[in-house]
Amino acid sequence: FGERGKLRALVINDPDFQHEDLNFLSRSQRYEQAIRKSSLMVMKLREHGIADPDEIYWFKSFIHRGRPEPLDLHLGMFLPTLLTQATPEQQDRFFMPAWNLEIIGTYAQTEMGHGTHLRGLETTATYDPATQEFILNSPTVTSIKWWPGGLGKTSNHAIVLAQLYTQGQCKGLHAFIVPIRQLGTHEPLPGITVGDIGPKFGYDEMDNGYLKMDNFRIPRENMLMKYAQVEPDGTYVKPLSDKLTYGTMVFIRSLIVGDSARSLSRACTIAIRYSAVRHQSELKPGEPEPQILDYQTQQYKLFPLLATAYAFHFVGAYIKNTYHRISGDINEGDLSELPELHALTAGLKAFTSWTANAGIEECRMACGGHGYSRCSGIPDIYVTFTPSCTYEGENTVMMLQTARFLVKSYTQVTSGQQVTGMVSYLNDLSRQRIQPQHVAARAVTVRLNDPVSLVEAYKARAARLVEAAAKNLQAELNHRRTSEVSDAHCHYVVVKLFTAKLSEVSNAAVRAVLTELCLLYALYGISKNTGDFLQAGILTDAQITQVNQHVKELLATIRPNAVALVDSFDFHDVHLGSVLGRYDGNVYENMFEWAKKSPLNKTEVHESFHKHLKPMQAKL
Amino acid sequence: MALLEPSKHSQGSVLGGVNPDLASERQTASFSVEKLTACLDGGEENTRQRRAVVEAIERDPAFSRENQYFQSQNERYEAAVRKAVHLQKKMHEMGWTETGPEFKYIYRAVSGDIAFLLHRIFIRSISMLGSDKQIDKWIPLATQHKLIGSYAQTELGHGTYLQGLETTAVFDSTTQEFILNTPKISAMKWWPGDMGRSATHTVVFAQLYTNGQCYGVHPFIVQIRSLRDHSLCPGITAGDIGPKMNFEHVDNGYLMLQNVRVPRENMLNRFCEVQPDGTYVRQGSQKINYFTMTTVRISLISDEVIMPLMKACTIAIRYSVVRRQSKLKPGEQEAKILDYQTQQEKLLPQLAAAYAFHFINNYLQELFNRGYREIQKNNFETLPELHAFSSGFKAMVTQYSTSAVQICLQACGGHGYSSLSGLPFLYTKIIASCIYEGENTILLLQTARFLIKCLRAASTGQPVPPSVTYLAAVKPGKCPAKNKLEFLSPKIYTEAYQHMAARLVSSAAAKLQDLIQSGVKKHDAWNQCTVQLAQAAKAHCHYITVKNFAETVEKLKTEAGIRRIMKHLCDLFALHGIFSNAGVFLHDGYISGAQMDMITASYLDLLAVIRKDAVPLVDAFDFTDKSLNSALGSYDGQVYQRLYEWAQKSPTNKQMSPAYEMYLKPLLHNTQSKL
Repeated sequence: FGERGKLRALVINDPDFQHEDLNFLSRSQRYEQAIRKSSLMVMKLREHGIADPDEIYWFKSFIHRGRPEPLDLHLGMFLPTLLTQATPEQQDRFFMPAWNLEIIGTYAQTEMGHGTHLRGLETTATYDPATQEFILNSPTVTSIKWWPGGLGKTSNHAIVLAQLYTQGQCKGLHAFIVPIRQLGTHEPLPGITVGDIGPKFGYDEMDNGYLKMDNFRIPRENMLMKYAQVEPDGTYVKPLSDKLTYGTMVFIRSLIVGDSARSLSRACTIAIRYSAVRHQSELKPGEPEPQILDYQTQQYKLFPLLATAYAFHFVGAYIKNTYHRISGDINEGDLSELPELHALTAGLKAFTSWTANAGIEECRMACGGHGYSRCSGIPDIYVTFTPSCTYEGENTVMMLQTARFLVKSYTQVTSGQQVTGMVSYLNDLSRQRIQPQHVAARAVTVRLNDPVSLVEAYKARAARLVEAAAKNLQAELNHRRTSEVSDAHCHYVVVKLFTAKLSEVSNAAVRAVLTELCLLYALYGISKNTGDFLQAGILTDAQITQVNQHVKELLATIRPNAVALVDSFDFHDVHLGSVLGRYDGNVYENMFEWAKKSPLNKTEVHESFHKHLKPMQAKL
Repeated sequence: MALLEPSKHSQGSVLGGVNPDLASERQTASFSVEKLTACLDGGEENTRQRRAVVEAIERDPAFSRENQYFQSQNERYEAAVRKAVHLQKKMHEMGWTETGPEFKYIYRAVSGDIAFLLHRIFIRSISMLGSDKQIDKWIPLATQHKLIGSYAQTELGHGTYLQGLETTAVFDSTTQEFILNTPKISAMKWWPGDMGRSATHTVVFAQLYTNGQCYGVHPFIVQIRSLRDHSLCPGITAGDIGPKMNFEHVDNGYLMLQNVRVPRENMLNRFCEVQPDGTYVRQGSQKINYFTMTTVRISLISDEVIMPLMKACTIAIRYSVVRRQSKLKPGEQEAKILDYQTQQEKLLPQLAAAYAFHFINNYLQELFNRGYREIQKNNFETLPELHAFSSGFKAMVTQYSTSAVQICLQACGGHGYSSLSGLPFLYTKIIASCIYEGENTILLLQTARFLIKCLRAASTGQPVPPSVTYLAAVKPGKCPAKNKLEFLSPKIYTEAYQHMAARLVSSAAAKLQDLIQSGVKKHDAWNQCTVQLAQAAKAHCHYITVKNFAETVEKLKTEAGIRRIMKHLCDLFALHGIFSNAGVFLHDGYISGAQMDMITASYLDLLAVIRKDAVPLVDAFDFTDKSLNSALGSYDGQVYQRLYEWAQKSPTNKQMSPAYEMYLKPLLHNTQSKL
């Protein structure tokens, strides 16, 4: 945390990065602030010699206070895509100008009519061997590129995903570097229609855009050709694996898992600190009003989320490492782990983002009415985070893809093959098969106070649901309850990773409190899914009653450490952006100070009085 | 049908006809949409009247919401005030009165986008809590808008727990005045609508002190702004509390009082009075002070909760038959996303819930009208039950509907997040309902307290209200259904709900009893059971909702097609609830694992059945395009063209952004210094 702290101080002490509270600015003003800070950021990165990817990430996140910004797609998609999919010649032409921001790029994949289902995209790139150019077209309204960040106003280039046609044949989706604005004047180029898609649920700083192309020509060399190629005469050369083009997406999905942890941690920090400051009602007659965090219902809302934030934090770290390990193998031509990586990131992306999404809202509601005010900061966290349920792969579809992988792995096991990685528990099923009873009936002796034993319970639940889904899929064509299968699998993975983490912690006190959180996470998950555990015979009625009881006991155990546990997330007040979640807890005074700055309060008597109220009263 | 065509197509004319993907959905309806609409409105005459009001409002450009999504907080506020003023004129012109049958449709017609709603609460609280003399003095002033009222209850430090309010009103018998004060920062009034910029008067709730004693929270009429120039009165500090998730059109405000004096007659005194010598006199139950809040809780359910839910369903379901993605069968064209079981599983239970809540709302309205008549006769007997009902159902319906609207938003993929879909607006507005007029968890616990009391009374043979007699009557047992079809019997599933609710209430009660008997202090024991108690209260409300839905369907007097589809929706609502809360039904073995599989099968079968009527079922809600204000949900389904057209109207596209000249240009051109 030392480096991070230094970077944070660098930003917080820099007057160039100060500005008015964003809640009081219009969308245009917020965009302007973000662009201003992004431009400065690029200069300062160089000034301070910050080059390590993690350090760049932290620096950027401190400057933008965890909010999206117009250069996100340039830095997060355009540059990495050039690095992974451009030929050396293309890197020479585009990478340095892009690194120096002469070229600002975005990544234009999603269309108005198609998102997650990539094969359905309609934009076309037709190769013309006579001029050695691709002709790009948006043939229908639904094919207009829609949503890419930074596209509306900021970028002058875009990596466009389009259906490639050459020699009269469609070769599927490929990526093309397309200039969209005139260098110098920033005016759209002839044949290009580009603009902002209008206001959204959050993302006010971001100029999500649309892009329509009419017979727009680019040279053959602008197709990203590290893998697939079109030769001058139009001959198409196939890539090694079509999955490779999805590499960038897998990377972003793995980042979303970490983001789920961070966003939920921020919301928990605010809600838990505020719950220690807010007093309400009576617990004991005659005594002063207690802190609302002393109410069991409040603990029950917040502590499982706190445990979840910790759990996702460890999962995020795990998946990041796994991504780096496996992508190393891929660069060396070993694609064997790609399917599991794909299924794991897809499933965990959906599982963690859904949970965090609901959790952030729960935190907001736990702050009562004040949570609804923008000064709480939680509305902002929510609107910034919630689109991640949809972008980079809509969650339901992600869950279905993971389910398909699980069922496929199950089929492999039943045909005698071994599977590896997180699904290796399915191997046990084949041994079960020899006995007449199915896996559900297997007796698991669950010890409710032992995380390792709870991992086994979650494993049994996942196995049972995968098996049921596989049998169902054979029986009928339609997918049923498949998303639950992925859910159970991911839940197992999270409990497993959290539990595994415990043994790595050397400080006894830290290990003790993390063990409590891990138990709470696992037991709470059971109490919310009792149906699965009961129906599969993994736990008995009596054990479920005990689970519920243990959950409530853990709430009381965690209560004294609650504030310390959120303080450990180490969010600075500026980054947290919340009056309710201030480190010093001086909530009410600062709410009043904040409100006085609101635009409606700029004048003592609002102009509406003179325009509307007074004339009405005069007439009556 | 002819009657509604013109208004529905008002925005669609430039875009061509109805999208064939949507048109085909309407050709296969198994019932008459028009008759279902009439059924929802409570008769054809009501439908006619409602449409006439909506038509008159929407034809008037002064009420347009066309640019709403592009406006700032200041612009929204100004528009809301302008519309509120214009509405007075409009009502006069149309001959509508506040007591006339048209009045209840006006709010729907303006989609709530109007100022002075708290002015109405101001009037209502005076009518309910004021003496005849006070009513005669204040109501005419308020109805003629000689003053603008607000209702100042919530404070910075206290909301739902009213006894904790800290504002004080001390009676001074020498001047016959109350002296109002905000003794510390957490006592500042915070959140009241219309108070930040508009109101001239407000009803302030404060702790009453007289003759050195505190008598609890009472309402006082306080003038806060000059009637001449709108400046703040002496001793008053007031302003807007700043931006929120929604309600940008409302000037929610703060108010600080420093030795503000109001005459003795300004305390609302229908039920309690301070006499000139400072003697405090109470007449009737003090709880009546909170009756305003109780009725507000019920009255908000229809307009603030069910309407937005119905709108969200309309938008998401219409969009889901226009949007196509992937192929279900190889070689065919891409399927409508509503043909995917996963999409049906997201949306159709929400549609069923919208109908379930519509019917439970009718039931509650009736219950309250009856209760109100009793209270006016000074009979307070039904008050505890009304209070428990209003609390529990407000909590359950708002919580359920909020998550339902969120599901609708997320079911529309990326476009759901565009403001132009209308869904972010609906969502950010409806979520406030989980907090205002009583925070949901606290409300559920109030209902739980009532249920526990009733359970104890019923177990010892004392009389309890009919709605809760079941609590003591349920015996352990098993669900008798033998196959999946038997789970389509309302008797079977209603009993399952009844059993589950009774079990949760009695096990929470038993736990409470155990703790107390083992020596835990009463209040600690209560706190240790609150998670279970809240769950039990929700289960009770869920049960009553299912039961009421089934009974309503049973009694429907309309065509067979409507009765059939309503029965399907009722089954879906009930089975979805069991499917999603399987654990509590399985827990004591009332439903077995094998039966849960049957329920799942029946539930999934229903999705496919209701799928066919999904669009007609949302058409029956009869929202005009203007009231939906959604590029995704319009009647003609021209989704993509409309999105593109509306986006171009965005202010961000109207001018070159100054950001380019100021920041981007130097960034793009100044490569020297960077290298």
